[in-house]
Amino acid sequence: MAIESEVLVVGGGLAGLTAALASARAGADTRLVSHKQSTLRNASGLVDVLGYSPDGELLSDPYAAIPDLPESHPYRTVGVEGVREALAVFDSVTDYEGGHTDRNALVPTHGGTVKPTARYPPGAAAGLASRGDDMALVGFEATTDFDAPRAAAHLRAAGVPFDVRGVTVEFPGDLRADAAVTRYANVLEAEASVRRELAERVEPHLGDAARVGFPAVLGNEEAGFVREALADRLGADVFEVPSGPPSLPGLRLEDALFDALTDAGARIETGNPVVGYEGDRRVESVLVDRKGAEVPYRADRVVLATGGLVGKGIETERGAVREPVFDCHVPHPEDRYDWFEDDAFGDHAFARFGVTTDDGLRPLDADGEPEFENLRAAGAVLGGYDFAAEKSGAGVSLATGHLAGTAAAEETP
Amino acid sequence: MSDTDTTPTESDDDYPIEVFPENDADLRSGADDCYKCSTCDTNCPVAEVDDDFPGPKFQGPEQWRLKQNDGEHAIDDSITDCSNCMRCDSACPSDVPLTEMHNTARGEYVEGMSKTSVKYWRNRILSNYRLSARAASVVPRLANFAMNFGPARWVMEKTLGVTAEREFPAFATETFREWWEARGGAAESRRRAEEARERRGDTGADKKVAYFHGCYSNYNTPEVGKAMIRVYEQFGYEVVVPEQRCSGTPMFANGMLDDARRDAKVNVSSMSDLIDQGYDAIASCTSCSLALRQEYPELFDIDGIEEVSENTFEAVEYLRIHEDLREELSGADIEGELEKEFAYHAPCHARNQGLERQAVELFGDLEGVGVEDVGDSCSGISGTYGWKAEKYDISMEIGSEMFEHMESAPSETGMTECPTCAMQMEHGTGYEVRHPLELLEAALV
Repeated sequence: MAIESEVLVVGGGLAGLTAALASARAGADTRLVSHKQSTLRNASGLVDVLGYSPDGELLSDPYAAIPDLPESHPYRTVGVEGVREALAVFDSVTDYEGGHTDRNALVPTHGGTVKPTARYPPGAAAGLASRGDDMALVGFEATTDFDAPRAAAHLRAAGVPFDVRGVTVEFPGDLRADAAVTRYANVLEAEASVRRELAERVEPHLGDAARVGFPAVLGNEEAGFVREALADRLGADVFEVPSGPPSLPGLRLEDALFDALTDAGARIETGNPVVGYEGDRRVESVLVDRKGAEVPYRADRVVLATGGLVGKGIETERGAVREPVFDCHVPHPEDRYDWFEDDAFGDHAFARFGVTTDDGLRPLDADGEPEFENLRAAGAVLGGYDFAAEKSGAGVSLATGHLAGTAAAEETP
Repeated sequence: MSDTDTTPTESDDDYPIEVFPENDADLRSGADDCYKCSTCDTNCPVAEVDDDFPGPKFQGPEQWRLKQNDGEHAIDDSITDCSNCMRCDSACPSDVPLTEMHNTARGEYVEGMSKTSVKYWRNRILSNYRLSARAASVVPRLANFAMNFGPARWVMEKTLGVTAEREFPAFATETFREWWEARGGAAESRRRAEEARERRGDTGADKKVAYFHGCYSNYNTPEVGKAMIRVYEQFGYEVVVPEQRCSGTPMFANGMLDDARRDAKVNVSSMSDLIDQGYDAIASCTSCSLALRQEYPELFDIDGIEEVSENTFEAVEYLRIHEDLREELSGADIEGELEKEFAYHAPCHARNQGLERQAVELFGDLEGVGVEDVGDSCSGISGTYGWKAEKYDISMEIGSEMFEHMESAPSETGMTECPTCAMQMEHGTGYEVRHPLELLEAALV
């Protein structure tokens, strides 16, 4: 067995990347293993901390609400200072905005809702609902994920304190009807004539709008340049409305974090899943499935950041809920009819499925003892919180990833 | 339980219900697993530059679904625009077997193609490179002249559609296998490995591997094959070089599944016999290793094929798993011809095996060399793809990002595991291109 690391992180999403970054920056020889490309490209690129209380109340200050969360919530394990520390690291490796205040920013989404979020990419800045000036949303005929007139109507109905109009124009770039978002981004980046023509098509619809929102396809590597070029022509601020996968803001965030990780000296492997482990009270090695051959990667400390039910870090069978790599205990009602509520938007038990941990984020077995001395968990594989309802997915991944990675790096083997 | 009790039973035997007949249904789960996120489409290098190409999501799950409808839909012509780079596989968050679907669709398309068309025969000749190479290597000097003789190439482009823009790779005056035989074959390898084991104080476990050299390091770059042998022997491995044919990579990419199956039977038969005797199969070309590991079990049902798939490795990967390469390299340095900077390109087929950062990680601490990754773009040639006259421009457009990165990197030599990526790197920049095994040889042997 020759592939060895001090700290091995399983999972390449936000939690895994943050854990690996913390570990590598703390000086540990760190390796990140991710089954597929990072799932960040499926995320909106917004970084929320806590948008709503467990009772569904919109929160202005997420940090103030953390001490009142149920004790099972991962934020209670990490603590307010832990969350702040993680966000400070995030701010230092990205160009994200929002760090000037503790208050949530309200960012319009492609569905016309307003999402409370702690950090947002610079491309979303001009869209904040807290700005009082009038807004125009522009959709393209072929990008059906974003229906601008409907999103505008939705925002008006929500009572935003400014006028919003929505318009759909034909994209001038002569792309096929179902072109990938990266094609739009490339054309806008490369062709001045397309930017000019687009501005000309949009301008007559602007009215008094001082800011214009487009689908999040305004450039890939040169996003700031495309935004500014359009803003110059339109005489209005330009922003991107975050949307579903594949998401360019998510892709840009992925690039920034992988660059930071590489700079920090971590080793990264993508393409093969971790399927098991060797060891008893300690994890001695994890088993990586290399096209059918299970290869042991030895590590002193391991961080599990494989995601939740959606990310396949937690699996359900008809009779049980399990964590498939280390078979960590996942508490759940015995009767599977108690896993969910009949109301689609009800308070589902499954939304909180995940491993429970001690103060150092070590997963616990059914008796409340650490499953392994040297295994920690971070991100959506943790239970006890409903990230979709409370808008806390990114924040929990950052905070627990940072704590797990730091603790793993500092632990004496 | 009464008949009126509608609560599902807990028995796993009742689930899942077999709605579809067992045959033909094996790709259905792949189509069903696709939730249309389109991440594959944003990873496709062809769709990136060719707006007419509908992308992997259409070629895979969507086309499969259309096909289920009473045979009304034939496989779309655009399947021939897929270069089989296989990037969509590692992009998919839902494990849809995209390239298996593409390979199956392409096979079906080619089955329906006119067997007298020029394109069919051009593709067949290109994908059976081994046969042309074998003939050419009988008279390598003449072949090297003739294959790059201007008027001949003009005729080839006009009649066959093989681009005249590229220079044919030179054939070695001595093939790898000729060198291997002249050196004493397996018996000599055993002798050298034993010597090395003694020197290293290695006792115990059997160290023996079967080398799948593929066509290119046999006929064109035997120095790669020789480096593989010397490095492995240095670590005490006995190497055998069994009978083998083409791995099938160019045949899959051209939908020539019958040709691929014919060669796969030979490869699986010789490799599985050796695996039974405790050997592992090692390839120095990342497309060969991917074919044996992934495409073989996906597409063919041959006795021993799973065993071969599970016991095949890329050459540097295998050493990384079994030897402390990091330690060995930390004490080594490079002097002489290879003491320089390299612009490294990770082949798409290496990505699918999780190998894209291997060379950069491995050589990062090696004294005397610098290895810089030139980014995650595709080289654009994709084996035979960039040799087709009608695909040449697209191929070069895909490659342009890599060329730019190579030129801005502090090096004038390229590095990659894939022979056709190497061709493209050389064609686009004029750089000489080396294989990581050659650097390992220089550092350790």
